[in-house]
Amino acid sequence: MALISSILVPASGLVLAPLLVAVINRVKARIAGRQGPPLVQPYRDLAKLLGKGAVYSTTTTWLFRAGPVVSLATALAALLIVPLGGVAAPVHFTGDLVAVAGLFGLGRFLTVVAALDTGSPFEGMGASREVTFAALVEPALFLALASIVATTRMGSLSSAYGAVDAALWSAAAPTLGLVAATLLVVYLVENSRIPVDDPTTHLELTMIHEVMVLDHSGVDLAFIEYGAALKLWLLGMLLVGLVVPVRTANPWLDGAAVIAGLAGLAMVVGLIESTMARLRMNNVPALIVGGGVLAAVAFVVGLNP
Amino acid sequence: MDLFLIAIAGLIATGLAAAALAPWPRLGQRVGQGGTILACGLGLAPAVTTLAGGGRLELLAPWSMVGGSFHLLIDPLAALFLLPIFGVSALGALYGAGYLRHHEGHQSLGPVWLFLDLLIASMAMVVAAHDGLLFLLSWEVMAIAPFFLVAFDDDKAPVRDAAWTYLIATHMGTAFLFVMFFLLAEEGGSMDFDTIPAAIQAAPHLASICFVLAVVGLGSKAGFVPMHVWLPEAHPVAPSHVSALMSGVMIKTGIYGLVRLLTLTGEPAAWWSWLLIGLGAASGIFGVVFALAQGDLKRLLAYSSMENIGIILLGLGVGVGGVANHAPLLACLGFAGGLLHVVNHALFKSLLFLGAGAVQHAAHTLNLEELGGLLKRMPFSGAAFFVGVAAIVGLVPLNGFVSEFLILVSAFLPLATGHGSAGVAGVTVLVTLGLISGLAAACFARAFATVYLGTPRTAPAAAAHEVGWEMAGAMGVLACACVAIGLGAPWAVHLLVAPVAVATGLSMATVAATLDAAAGWLATAILAFAIALALAATLWLLRRTLQARAGVERQATWGCGYGAPTPRMQYTASSFAQPLTHLFHPLLHTHVEEEGVAAPLPAAARFASHAPDLFRDLLFNPLFRGVERLMLGLRWLQHGNIHLYILYIVVTLLVLLMSAVG
Repeated sequence: MALISSILVPASGLVLAPLLVAVINRVKARIAGRQGPPLVQPYRDLAKLLGKGAVYSTTTTWLFRAGPVVSLATALAALLIVPLGGVAAPVHFTGDLVAVAGLFGLGRFLTVVAALDTGSPFEGMGASREVTFAALVEPALFLALASIVATTRMGSLSSAYGAVDAALWSAAAPTLGLVAATLLVVYLVENSRIPVDDPTTHLELTMIHEVMVLDHSGVDLAFIEYGAALKLWLLGMLLVGLVVPVRTANPWLDGAAVIAGLAGLAMVVGLIESTMARLRMNNVPALIVGGGVLAAVAFVVGLNP
Repeated sequence: MDLFLIAIAGLIATGLAAAALAPWPRLGQRVGQGGTILACGLGLAPAVTTLAGGGRLELLAPWSMVGGSFHLLIDPLAALFLLPIFGVSALGALYGAGYLRHHEGHQSLGPVWLFLDLLIASMAMVVAAHDGLLFLLSWEVMAIAPFFLVAFDDDKAPVRDAAWTYLIATHMGTAFLFVMFFLLAEEGGSMDFDTIPAAIQAAPHLASICFVLAVVGLGSKAGFVPMHVWLPEAHPVAPSHVSALMSGVMIKTGIYGLVRLLTLTGEPAAWWSWLLIGLGAASGIFGVVFALAQGDLKRLLAYSSMENIGIILLGLGVGVGGVANHAPLLACLGFAGGLLHVVNHALFKSLLFLGAGAVQHAAHTLNLEELGGLLKRMPFSGAAFFVGVAAIVGLVPLNGFVSEFLILVSAFLPLATGHGSAGVAGVTVLVTLGLISGLAAACFARAFATVYLGTPRTAPAAAAHEVGWEMAGAMGVLACACVAIGLGAPWAVHLLVAPVAVATGLSMATVAATLDAAAGWLATAILAFAIALALAATLWLLRRTLQARAGVERQATWGCGYGAPTPRMQYTASSFAQPLTHLFHPLLHTHVEEEGVAAPLPAAARFASHAPDLFRDLLFNPLFRGVERLMLGLRWLQHGNIHLYILYIVVTLLVLLMSAVG
């Protein structure tokens, strides 16, 4: 049973992650009064891209080709470590949260370096913004995870998220609530969503993530799109696993609750994207640091329960 | 111990021989290179056996020096520091001969080898010395030898200035060490390290005084903020293999001294831990922010050394807190992380400095804005430099990640186990280390990309060529070492058991139990990373298969349809860093000189920015100006009249005589 459920965690992500993108797009379309693409559209896009050829810039080197491959591989490996709420991941050990951060860091670094490999000013701009915001997000993420570790008194992600149940919420609601708010900010920044980055803008000058991958095409682009979907799923598990404290002894039930929660998160993201404008670049650091401060407050609140 | 002494003697003999052979530069270089590598190899043997076996080598020889004893001790802690001293030095020598080749016949290379060998020998002696006087003597040789190496290009005024800055900074630090050792000797009756615990027991207030003196004195060697001002001056102007040794290895003797003192002063006070964490946070953040703003590759690397010293201090701070609070888990993990980062930084920082030397060799500049596109011209050096960059940023699965993992886990764990104050310290470390590693990623993505990626920004960069086998070989070995410690993390952690036991004063069994657990976590983490690498390889092959069907073509980089892009359209290093330098403007005070674009048909425009060192401008410059003004008041003493000087001597002797008799 434990084995099956632990395989369920990465498998569900592998299959369902592109669906999150579809849900976000559907919500945005409905609010804008459009029908919107069908929910399988992201899967179709991936299949189409996998069959396409590629154009490589003559400026680029092996690093450009390593970027998409490594960023997808790190997201896949992270899928083995991040738990689906109360359902433990196949791999867990003390300090695994540091390893997950390390995997994300590797993926991001290679994406940034691959972007800079093209020598394009647009991609340089996107890379510059990416590293700026990532540097500020990292402490916020660590603070949020630290508060979870301190509240649950557990040293690994799977055991800490396993301990977040209704009883813990009623005992430490302010701490967990603030942490959830921080994780939402981290979620929006790390996944390059509004109000930080607009994934649908038509102007290279204003983009972050999309502009970094301008020169990737075909299979590479499919890897990047799938990796981005997995990142939506992975960071979503960190947030939803905290907010949905369904901890029955049945892993299928627990897992289903978190997956439903992920769909809900995608709708929230769609709602945010429909109702908010992108922030000015200069104001984004304030948002991220503000998110970090919430987690710091959460930690201080958690010190004296 | 015999091998160690032979190694020291061999180094000095090699240096003298190379200096004597200066008229025949080719032969002198060969002798210097071969002799240094051989002697370092001999020196490595006792270090490795002590570290692996956990024993200790000791020598107490008669010495005619008043108040001192010739007491050498190589225990696992000393052995851990000897490893990079001899290992990196041997590679530095291998590289150095190739690096200096184009100077042959133009400039005397004898002194370079002499002072390099003296530097290596004195660093080894500092680590092995177990007597205050012997330590100070070695420390002084280690302080002076680099002065001549930094001043290698002494026909340039900035180089001379840098050498003087270095000399003054290092001696200000040494002054504090003198005070510390004499205070201890007065209480303990001898300069021997073995008398220090008794001296502290007799006068417990000395412990904290000595600790603060050591932090200032040793910290000015290691580059703690604000005593770091000499690093960004001295490291960039020295020959690259010397910079590698100074930045990768020499500054760690300051860390060694601090850890050694901690083993002698008994139980630390809790606030020591906070002082180390505070200094570590400040050094780390200042270091990386300053590094981010630099336009010169070696200057950037020098500031990043300060950042890594900060990371080491964070680890040691958690460790000291663990010892003070009787939390062996934290003590072991903190010290293990800090000490492993000492070795790791020695490896990747030397690699990066050697890489910077290769860039200078190939493109004749280190100005980031004049480089670019070197990876195609120097594939090997570029790949090695990339490994160094990935390691220093702490990317998985390289060695930088391993030490940062240990420190981060030592910061997370007290939260899980519920240590009150250790938890607050832990969160401080987490936030700082998170910020530092994020900024370091930005800093080194910028450094690597502007030098090696894109298209060459100038003609010399376009004409760059790969370096010779000696330089490439040294960089290759260091890159392999970074990978090996990363993938072999569990074994590396096992090797730390004996040094950590010495540093924490805990029993081998306790330390082994804790570090075994940590090695287990790391083994699982490495497994996950190995899966990621295997997946990446699979995806690479999958892509090849898919693309074989659909076809691949090569085109110019997408420029929104613009067909004639030039290298000048690339994003520059300063533009890349702008969002962060803007954010940290209160620390940086970046100076900008700008003649912007004004009219509709603009003439030539100009933009330049540079980030001066805040502490140099606001702290040390006013301080030294004040001292100078004060000293000017004493100028009347300097008459230039020789009779008066003789009178001064006579009066001094009389006063001394009277005080001795009375």
